[in-house]
Amino acid sequence: MRDFYFHSPATLDDALTILDEHQDDGRPMAGGTALIVLMKQSLVDADHIISLGRVPGLDSIRQEADGLHIGGLTRHRDVETSALVKQHAPLLADVYSSVATIRIRNVATVGGGIAHADPAQDPPPGLIALDATVKLVSKDGERTLPITDVFQDYYETAIQPNELLSEVIIPALPASAKTAYLKFLPRTADDYATVAVAARGEVENGNVRNLRVALAAAASTPVHATAVEQALEGQQATADNIRRAAEAVADEVDPLDDFRGSADYKRDMAVVFTRRALERILL
Amino acid sequence: MNAQDLHQISLTVNGQQHGVSVPARRMLVDLLRYDLGLTGTKEACSVGVCGACTVLMDGHIVAACLTLAVQADGAEITTIEGTGTPENLSPLQQAFIDCGGFQCGICTPGQIVAATALLAENAKPTEDEIKEWLMGNLCRCTGYYQIIESVQKASGQL
Repeated sequence: MRDFYFHSPATLDDALTILDEHQDDGRPMAGGTALIVLMKQSLVDADHIISLGRVPGLDSIRQEADGLHIGGLTRHRDVETSALVKQHAPLLADVYSSVATIRIRNVATVGGGIAHADPAQDPPPGLIALDATVKLVSKDGERTLPITDVFQDYYETAIQPNELLSEVIIPALPASAKTAYLKFLPRTADDYATVAVAARGEVENGNVRNLRVALAAAASTPVHATAVEQALEGQQATADNIRRAAEAVADEVDPLDDFRGSADYKRDMAVVFTRRALERILL
Repeated sequence: MNAQDLHQISLTVNGQQHGVSVPARRMLVDLLRYDLGLTGTKEACSVGVCGACTVLMDGHIVAACLTLAVQADGAEITTIEGTGTPENLSPLQQAFIDCGGFQCGICTPGQIVAATALLAENAKPTEDEIKEWLMGNLCRCTGYYQIIESVQKASGQL
């Protein structure tokens, strides 16, 4: 790894000032579990690393009127073990506990993971299924984006070089909502998914309501499977309808051939795992 | 200011305070092995996957190969050398010997440090809990059965 300037600001304001100063030549670092690998491989060559390790106040999990607020510097392990998360958004506990190993989850943060934007990561499908929004802060102020607007391409997001992800907001789920996360792991338990599906929905008088389906490891970004949602929304929650709707995901994914499977195989598995996730929450 | 400038950091390793000057790119595993001479901690994959470099940072298992030394400024680190001594082995170290929990030994420091953190949090883990916790510590010799038995023995379950 080559030399770099290491900044370790003690306040959010200082961190935002330093980020603003260095723009494209600066990279914020939270836990560093993803960024350090990229730096070792010379895939990131920013001269200025701005560590957020000393920035206080961004690692809490709170229940507020508009939902669950999770600070950007909250560690994966703290999300998966949080009683508030388990109670109000068990899907989040599922997706965060599926990431890598405890050793990584002790360090990797919620904001860092989203900003890393590897499309095979577990949390984004869960965040999409739960209609999460993210708050971005910069020296110039703050803005809020739906999670679906964050991811733009492999490792690319709408987060600007001078912005930090300060918090994720998860709106409350109705009591009747069910959720599921299915991760297809044919190799090892700590691997990235071959394909993974998060789903959330309700059945009201036999009909599907408020369905959300999202996938990881299926394209250059996490995939929000709106065609599947539209095919089932308002329809009867039957095995036949689910089977038909799940097939619609084949046209929404665009997987790569790699050592976890061919693109054709992953597309087939996207259909299978979408169907299973829908059966889990709707039947 | 220069990118090659050294950073003065202080950290506690196995109960002993150290002040060290390091470049920003020095990894924690290299600080432990080369600056402090604590070669019990191994580096194998260098990308956080294999678990050989597992140490405790403020009580939590972390990958020392994915941690910058400057990130450990002010932290309390425990390595394999801090879990026991040749004269006074920890119960886990003794159990790994008794149960044949290692062969070549390269993964063993990481296994024992990770298992130490498990037993600190969960004194009587089930077999599934042991497997989940140690999932990130790869061993190419034992086939894992003896490692799981070692943890069960150290926690008084065997």
